[in-house]
Amino acid sequence: MKEIIRLDNIKRDFQVGDETVHALRGITFTIYEGEFVTIMGSSGSGKSTLLNTLGCLDTPTSGDYFLDGVSVRSMGKNARAVLRNRKIGFVFQNYNLLPKTTAVENVELPLMYNPAYNSVQRKEKAVNALIAVGLGERLNHKSNQMSGGQMQRVAIARALVNDPAVILADEATGNLDTRTSFEILVLFQRLYEEGRTIIFVTHNPEIAQYSSRNIMLRDGHVISDVKNTNVLSAEKALAELPITND
Amino acid sequence: MNVLNLFKIAFRALANNKLRGFLTMLGIIIGVASVITMLAIGQGSKRSIQAEISEMGSNMIMIQPGADMRGGVRQSAEDMETLKLEDYNDIVNETRYVSAVSPSVNSSGQVIYGANNAPTTIYGISPDYMDIRRYKIEDGEMFTAQDIRTAAKVCVIGKTVVDNLFPNGENPVGKVVRFQKLPFRVVGVLESKGYNTMGMDQDDLILAPYTTIQKKVLAITHLQGITCSALREDYTDQAVDEISEILRRNHKLKETDDDDFTIRSQQELSSMLTTTTDMMTVLLAAVAGISLLVGGIGIMNIMYVSVTERTREIGLRMSIGAKGIDILSQFLIESILISVTGGLIGVVMGIGSALVVNSVAHYPIFIQPWSVFLSFAVCTLTGIFFGWYPAKKAAQLDPIEAIRYE
Repeated sequence: MKEIIRLDNIKRDFQVGDETVHALRGITFTIYEGEFVTIMGSSGSGKSTLLNTLGCLDTPTSGDYFLDGVSVRSMGKNARAVLRNRKIGFVFQNYNLLPKTTAVENVELPLMYNPAYNSVQRKEKAVNALIAVGLGERLNHKSNQMSGGQMQRVAIARALVNDPAVILADEATGNLDTRTSFEILVLFQRLYEEGRTIIFVTHNPEIAQYSSRNIMLRDGHVISDVKNTNVLSAEKALAELPITND
Repeated sequence: MNVLNLFKIAFRALANNKLRGFLTMLGIIIGVASVITMLAIGQGSKRSIQAEISEMGSNMIMIQPGADMRGGVRQSAEDMETLKLEDYNDIVNETRYVSAVSPSVNSSGQVIYGANNAPTTIYGISPDYMDIRRYKIEDGEMFTAQDIRTAAKVCVIGKTVVDNLFPNGENPVGKVVRFQKLPFRVVGVLESKGYNTMGMDQDDLILAPYTTIQKKVLAITHLQGITCSALREDYTDQAVDEISEILRRNHKLKETDDDDFTIRSQQELSSMLTTTTDMMTVLLAAVAGISLLVGGIGIMNIMYVSVTERTREIGLRMSIGAKGIDILSQFLIESILISVTGGLIGVVMGIGSALVVNSVAHYPIFIQPWSVFLSFAVCTLTGIFFGWYPAKKAAQLDPIEAIRYE
């Protein structure tokens, strides 16, 4: 199976005043193509730092990180920006859509920074991505005219539009109610079934049941890394939720 | 990322904040418009003064006998008899940069016709004088070279003299007026020139052959002055040099002697008056320039607020692949778009208000193309200059912190 992410003894230290904080103390794991990995840990476990490292926003103090076969550690700022643009799709907790901007324009955004696409191709890819997340009917809705779930779908479409090697979701269901959270999980599971590689960072242990692999962090160490042999269906769970009239 | 995309992004961002963009622009609009209006007014008054001087004959050169020392006593210039007819003839024959020459003698006194009389000045000149001073005959004709040879008692009179002597609207041509008991037949009337910049009535005069005035009015053989015009205004200096050489030779002056004549050209007057209006223009432009500067600071202020407000957007753009230079360009283009759009509106409003000033207050205006170009260039530079710092700040944000900025 193809390696998408390989971390080799990653350490990350921060200098806070006179003190050195060890956020990551030697992380090693490999993620293969088509895995749906949840990374869990309480606050202070180093999961945000790990996410920043995986997302090429930050570079480790020591250790090697290969993304899709490319060594990230020695890369400069601009090279990492290009790498993020081509290989990574981010989904954030608070969606981070541009205000007063239509769904299509939001989804087009990553392609604006890729000179390989012209405006016609951009539009076409953005529309396809929005159809894929079930928002084919709301292409020209502005971000302030949409619900939280819809906004997160737009954000997922934006993460998909550049055909990334890996989708990095940071508490992607954190701002949503239970039902909408499951709807988003259904979408992630469908992307997993299509063969996409997904890393989902969360502190919600429930979500781990719906992923194919679960990595637990504590104090900058990996304390468990288990394959989930019994992946629950989010669709089924959604169907079993009591219907509320609100 | 290509430039077109950058423009699209910047344009979308501006379109999202139309009112704010417009208010920011307002500073630039007012700045550019006032620069253009002020320069138009300044240049307009300069031009109108220049036009008046040129109406007097901007290439005119006046030669007068200079004050001389005799036995240690400085003599009045008018008493000097150093300018002779031969000086006049030599200037006519030997100069290359002088186009028209006229001797000049004058006398003041009462002019009488019938029961009316008025004080005026009679100028003894040759017909060349008409070209030099830009006088035109309105009615009748100018006296001729033949009249000069014969010292004929003919004259041409100005409008003020006509009004004083012929209050009933009679046609003065052919009538005989008396000046110091001497009868002159009026052969022509001058077209009115009005008052000059110094407030002198240019129509209160009588022109007669210089020979007549010399022999029959003043009884002198010398000339009180010689008036000539350079070929073009640019050649004034050369003409003055030529004349000065001829006069020094004729008057047998040694190397060390001072000139016994003075040569004045209109250039001095013209440059004196234009210096004043130039200074006024500079002052007006400076005031206007300050308002452009204030407009620029307005842009910087708004861009700065905008960067802070859009920190999360910047973080997002960076995390999906925008480089520092992309962010920098985006904000820089935004501020340039604001200033250039403001500049364009300012140019239109500036020209418009200059025209309004012209039609309402009747100030002379002149819109110089370079002033439009200059203020436009300045406001583009303002956009770059004042947009740079906020844009740089945006580009240097850390995406990790920016994306979580509340």
